[in-house]
Amino acid sequence: MIFAIEVAIGGLLVGVMYSLVALGFVLIYKSSGVFNFAQGDMTLLAALALVGFLTIFPLWLAILAALVLMIALAIAIEAIVLRPLVARPPLALFMATIGLGFFLQGIGQGIWGTDPKGLDIGISDIPFKIKGLLISQFDLAGGALAGGLVFALVWFFQKSRTGRALRAVSDDHEAALSVGIPLRRAWAISWAIAGLVALVAGIMWGSRLGVQFSLSLIALKALPILILGGIDSIPGAIIAGLVVGASENLAEVFLGPYVGGGIQTFFPYLLALVVLWFKPYGMFGREIIERV
Amino acid sequence: MIYRECGVFKANYRADMAIFPIPLDRWGVIIILFIAFVVVPFSASDYWLSSILIPFLVFSLAALGLNFLTGYAGQLSIGHAAFMAVGAYISLILYGRYEVPLLLSLLGGGLVTAAVGAVFGIPSLRIKGFYLAVSTLAAQFIIQWVLTHWEWISGGVFGTVDTPPMQVFGWPIDTPVKKYYLVLSVVVPLTIFGKNIVRGQLGRAWMAIRDMDVAAEIIGISLFWNKLLAFTVSSFYAGVAGGLITFTYYGAANIEAFNIMVSFHLLGMIIIGGMGSVLGSFFGGGFITLLPIFINQFAHAFGTVLKTDLLACLELILFGGLIIFFLIVEPYGLARLWRTGKDKLRLWPFPY
Amino acid sequence: MNKKNGNPMLQVEDIHITFGILKALNGVSLEIHKGEILAIIGPNGAGKTSLVNVINGVYHPSRGHIFFEDKDLTTLSHHHIASLGIARTFQNVALFKGMTVLDNIMVGRNLKMGSNFFSQGIYWGFAQKEEIRHRQEVERVIDWLEIEHIRKTPAGMLPYGLQKRVELGRALAAEPKLLLLDEPMAGMNLEEKEDIARFILDANEELGTTIALIEHDMGVVMDISDRVVVLDYGDKIGEGTPEEIRNNEKVIKAYLGTARQK
Repeated sequence: MIFAIEVAIGGLLVGVMYSLVALGFVLIYKSSGVFNFAQGDMTLLAALALVGFLTIFPLWLAILAALVLMIALAIAIEAIVLRPLVARPPLALFMATIGLGFFLQGIGQGIWGTDPKGLDIGISDIPFKIKGLLISQFDLAGGALAGGLVFALVWFFQKSRTGRALRAVSDDHEAALSVGIPLRRAWAISWAIAGLVALVAGIMWGSRLGVQFSLSLIALKALPILILGGIDSIPGAIIAGLVVGASENLAEVFLGPYVGGGIQTFFPYLLALVVLWFKPYGMFGREIIERV
Repeated sequence: MIYRECGVFKANYRADMAIFPIPLDRWGVIIILFIAFVVVPFSASDYWLSSILIPFLVFSLAALGLNFLTGYAGQLSIGHAAFMAVGAYISLILYGRYEVPLLLSLLGGGLVTAAVGAVFGIPSLRIKGFYLAVSTLAAQFIIQWVLTHWEWISGGVFGTVDTPPMQVFGWPIDTPVKKYYLVLSVVVPLTIFGKNIVRGQLGRAWMAIRDMDVAAEIIGISLFWNKLLAFTVSSFYAGVAGGLITFTYYGAANIEAFNIMVSFHLLGMIIIGGMGSVLGSFFGGGFITLLPIFINQFAHAFGTVLKTDLLACLELILFGGLIIFFLIVEPYGLARLWRTGKDKLRLWPFPY
Repeated sequence: MNKKNGNPMLQVEDIHITFGILKALNGVSLEIHKGEILAIIGPNGAGKTSLVNVINGVYHPSRGHIFFEDKDLTTLSHHHIASLGIARTFQNVALFKGMTVLDNIMVGRNLKMGSNFFSQGIYWGFAQKEEIRHRQEVERVIDWLEIEHIRKTPAGMLPYGLQKRVELGRALAAEPKLLLLDEPMAGMNLEEKEDIARFILDANEELGTTIALIEHDMGVVMDISDRVVVLDYGDKIGEGTPEEIRNNEKVIKAYLGTARQK
């Protein structure tokens, strides 16, 4: 039983970090209607840039430089990719972000190399004990940081003026324009936030797994969370992240041995498929009502 | 000779509905088939045949399959390479282990894949848009896992099965030319079959669902059957292509040859080549197959030999950039550019 | 020229539809008789489109029944209802924009085509004969609607008026027994309206198609319809010949909007 709780807690802490990545998707989706498949590649790019900057700057300056880069990138993406595609069907934008993902991956690895790099931000990965439960210190720190950022983003999006403007844009592009919210700036801001999320995720996942190509696959972890929670729901992303984190860990440990292991890669997808069959717009997603 | 549609008077609907209603197109196709079946095998080098033409044709076939589903029926799939993997393993097992004749093994691989594809198409009956696109990724991961973990298929977690020597009707298929003929004689009939499907009743039903599913249902098109059929037919093509590429190109079924990157390549092929176009599938297949070779040649021309990882990065950048470029500039891909070019040639100097 | 003989073709009995707290239809009953042109009129938000939607199965009523040729439609899916011979057009054109005009109208005949998957793929033989036979029917519709010149143009590239016409063609190609037209002339100029009115009358007289149409242009309604039903806020407030409706107190009141703001 103790072991099961440990597994579940470990999973939940990882789940918080999943939630963070999923939140990057949700924010962009809510403010621009774009399903940003390149989120994982942005994470990779941010981590690569950070490692690159670390060779010339101290940690704080390197993080700042990486952040500036991500914001510049957001502005460039808005101008070059999104603006020409404004009136296109959502799936066209979705496919464009797939292309964008490859593009960023190629750029990042072209500049900073494809070899795996270590990223040390000074948090050790030694487990410690609370009340007889063994918990990874790193997961705890990561979970706390991700949790803090999730909280900050939710506050920003729900309460701040800019956040409200972004939500207005997502509800209705034309209406938002007519009340004077510049669509382009709103998009650039939401992509910059996605860049920030990518950077934080890149730092955490990068120092855990090393900075390398596989970091971009983190998006593939976030996708089932996203559709499980509903692509336009912030609480959905958080809850589904936790559910997936805990359940995939439990499934791998307790179910895995019976079927040969490795089920972590697809278990979240299976879970998402089952839930979607009953709730086609995720647990908390807004139903799209089609009219003719 | 000028490409002309004017002056071609079709006296009956049969002529207007021919697969290539314009005589020059008809001749063009006959010439292309002549080149493909007669000229190429006698003039192309083994390198060209086995490293460029064979993968070009097979990937074009797989792209055509994806085009049925995504370009015609409007259901985005980003896990299509997994269906190729199913076809690869099943046809190899049929041929190698159960000694089914080669062509029947390929057919069997395709049919099993079609069944698997139908199963993964079931969610499309309830799930739409992004939700569906992401759930097609489930196919990628679940199939990969099953193929590597089911011992009957792969014999263990390594998931590699070697191809035995090939024979068709007792003829050994051992040289690049023979392999090329094998590929060609599968790809050509399937392409014609596919062209007939998309220009007929089923193709129209698919396009109607793509353009507006609610309206399609109201005029009496069953979403259930047509979507499932799109998944089935599309997976069949992917399965046959998977079997073919394994027999004629890779030489062994390996799950890594059908990973998610390959799924994206297929998607890139139809975006760049042309969504909803049979010809576009081939343009895209050729383009993506040739891209790394182009880059290499280009680098050579400047006297630099690129390191392989830099080459891979350049390929990623170009691949991603071209997808964006085509989506923005020409959403119907190379096939539309081709059409536009042809339209310019209509009855020059007075094109209409 | 009321053609009331035998059972009505379509019977709508006490239909209720609610969206949340909003009542779209509040116990509407009406009949459509074989061979007639019935106009459904009413101010915006009266529930006209909801009524059409419930007849062809887009919505299912929360109460009430619909019978078509004595068959209960109430719980059938829309493609099943289509296969019984009810076709429609939409208020906001619902053409398949990426397909050519010809393909759009051909797809209207989808229900009438039956060659199987393999013969379609092989094409020669049965599928070809079938395609050609249906093409002839479709060409008749194209000819009749005077859209020969645009047959191979993608529908999405056509101006609005022509799109409406193509949509009418798609519905007619299905050779429906009952054709539901949702504002077939909206946004058209006088000349285009006259064309559409002529097509509707022709379809009714030459093909014997029963037609129910929603229309705002009173002039057209009074000219072409045999009977008129008036809806207001989900209730039927009037029914009769154009002449009767013109003089109906309640109808005049609803249209002038006295004592009630929108």
